[in-house]
Amino acid sequence: MIDLIQTYWVYFLIGQYPQGPLGGVVLTVLLAALALLLAMPIGLALGLARVSPVAALRRPVTVLVYLVRGIPLLLMVFWIYFYLPTVTGHKTDQFTTMLVALVVFDGVYLAEIVRAGIQGVPKGQYEAARALGLSHARAMRRVILPQALRSMLPSLVNQFVSTIKATSLGYIIGLTEASFIASQINSQVLVHPTAVYLVLSLMYFLLCFCLSRFAFWLERRQARRDLPRPARSPGSPTASAASSA
Amino acid sequence: MIQFDKVNKWYGDYHALVDIDETIAKGEVVVVCGPSGSGKSTLIRTINRLEAIDSGTIAFEGEDIHRRGVDLNRLRSRIGFVFQQFNLFPHLTVLQNCTLAPIEVGGARPAQAHEKAMALLDRVGLAHKANAWPAELSGGQQQRVAIARALAMAPPLMLFDEPTSALDPEMVGEVLLVMQGLARDGMTIVVVTHEMGFARDVAHRVLFMDQGRILERAEPHEFFNHPQHPRARQFLADIRTPFARPA
Amino acid sequence: MPGLDLQLLLHGQYHDWLLAGLLVALKLGMLTIACALPLAIVIALMRLSPWWPLRWLGSAYVELIRNVPLVAHLLFWYFGAPELLPDAVKERLYAGSYEFVAAAIGLTLYGAAFMAENIRSGIRAIPAVQFEAARALGLGFLPAMRRVVLPQALRVTVPPLLSQAVIMWNDTSIATVIGVGEIMYQAARVESSAFRSPEAFGFASACYLAGSLALTAVAAWIHRRWPVRTL
Repeated sequence: MIDLIQTYWVYFLIGQYPQGPLGGVVLTVLLAALALLLAMPIGLALGLARVSPVAALRRPVTVLVYLVRGIPLLLMVFWIYFYLPTVTGHKTDQFTTMLVALVVFDGVYLAEIVRAGIQGVPKGQYEAARALGLSHARAMRRVILPQALRSMLPSLVNQFVSTIKATSLGYIIGLTEASFIASQINSQVLVHPTAVYLVLSLMYFLLCFCLSRFAFWLERRQARRDLPRPARSPGSPTASAASSA
Repeated sequence: MIQFDKVNKWYGDYHALVDIDETIAKGEVVVVCGPSGSGKSTLIRTINRLEAIDSGTIAFEGEDIHRRGVDLNRLRSRIGFVFQQFNLFPHLTVLQNCTLAPIEVGGARPAQAHEKAMALLDRVGLAHKANAWPAELSGGQQQRVAIARALAMAPPLMLFDEPTSALDPEMVGEVLLVMQGLARDGMTIVVVTHEMGFARDVAHRVLFMDQGRILERAEPHEFFNHPQHPRARQFLADIRTPFARPA
Repeated sequence: MPGLDLQLLLHGQYHDWLLAGLLVALKLGMLTIACALPLAIVIALMRLSPWWPLRWLGSAYVELIRNVPLVAHLLFWYFGAPELLPDAVKERLYAGSYEFVAAAIGLTLYGAAFMAENIRSGIRAIPAVQFEAARALGLGFLPAMRRVVLPQALRVTVPPLLSQAVIMWNDTSIATVIGVGEIMYQAARVESSAFRSPEAFGFASACYLAGSLALTAVAAWIHRRWPVRTL
């Protein structure tokens, strides 16, 4: 396994660059980061719409979120792969296809994260802000959103982890990301598939594990900064179900 | 200063406030007490429209405040509200909590707001904690900051919704002391509380509520020594002798 | 887009392909969900065990599985794992439809990791004092879990578990990567054969949405029938 790594590590890391398109691990990370970044304004807008008191804003977004989460990401990738060229008039390459799919995917999941963040701020905060005379918009901007965004940080990092894993679907449409490169290496080496795919898994593990540990650390740091509950406040334990990627 | 006229409120089928008629004069300190679910919190929350009403009128400084077209934010900046759960803003320092409203709503310059806030914090005994985060303070300290925050816009009326119910016993006193100071300075105050000592020593009047109605109104001395309404008598008896066997 | 040719879906060869794909997906989905749940309960209990080696093993399982994408898992089980077996066994595997088995293994292990986390969160949502009260009465660790904590935890856990089931149903699509003839595989096959994709992909979308809708409806029904009762 060591010679395998020694021989192919560059190819695995950056694909055929500069003799060809960027690939491998670097492509995986860049694609994920870019998708998440582009999805953030979308996620924020959709999330605010989800908590809006205006039904005309809230309902279509709820339907959209439901639709996107109800079909596999792979199916969405296929839809985009086959239909984006018709819509835009240009042929779309695999990178763009995956990017668009991931931006939609992330946008919807970010909307849920934003919604949970906003709804996680205790109701008393909004009341206190309004009781001081702040308007709804001011209350959101100065009191609710700052707290919501701060609490969302660990979820954002986790969403980044999910996105990195989602890039592996690019394999199926021939994008030269990490899994694809690994298979290329396997078809050259032929006799060590176990080693090749173990290394691939190990790479993902190291990357994603470190990031999720970081998210966990962020969460812990937040819990320390949060207001301790006042004594003798009525409360029932609420279940916090972990969401999977 | 506040006038309730035949005020009614329903939560679905539940009649939360029943034909409330009451006047609260400027400078009065009024305590509202009663058993759980009597509507006391609901009543006080209708004054700054954290709760709506279904019929009747509530007038504040002569104006009907539940009609359409009222400038809600301006109304609220003239009424200070202190919550049972303090509700300080954890992402802002103590000082920033107190300067937020004056700057955002009152349009004050930061330096002015800063000065006024420091004076208020001094009044509640917490000037030395101005740059601390709410999470670093005890419950009693947080509630005192909440009072300073509510005072920051110099409102003519202060409302307190069970301000000490969420505090450990040893911190109740420091908050009541601040409230007493406000009363002495002539502030109009309406308090929902179980602290009978405060009612006896500081209040000008006590309102006893049960099941959405005001059943008795009297001066503290009268109320505590000669309660008229049978429910009020029962309530006071329950408070005084919690281990008494049921009649 | 030219008119949708629904006839394509209702009769003929493409219809057969797509239907076969749906059946394979249903088999795969139900098998993996059914196998993942018991495994997940075991892992969750391991993670909550008072004995640290078990705790560590449980955590290692969850972290190792969760941080690797499903595609890599399936590639490993299909291409990588058989390498470790003796040649005779390996040949027999590939001669049969090993891709289904590999997909089943990969999906089950993957889904179990997430379900274990949901179960663990559910158990932790029950106040520790419940468990203490049970132990104080004299019950051992497992009986306390079984009679006091798990029954309460299960009600709390059902919605996230059903949501995970939806995800697992959708994840069957990824089995296409190793050649399992499920919905996506067949839809792509129809596309490359007929050069028409909207009907095939429309069918695929309908299948997945229907599954997701059905499971959500079940969750709502369960929540109404057996609501969570807290103090």
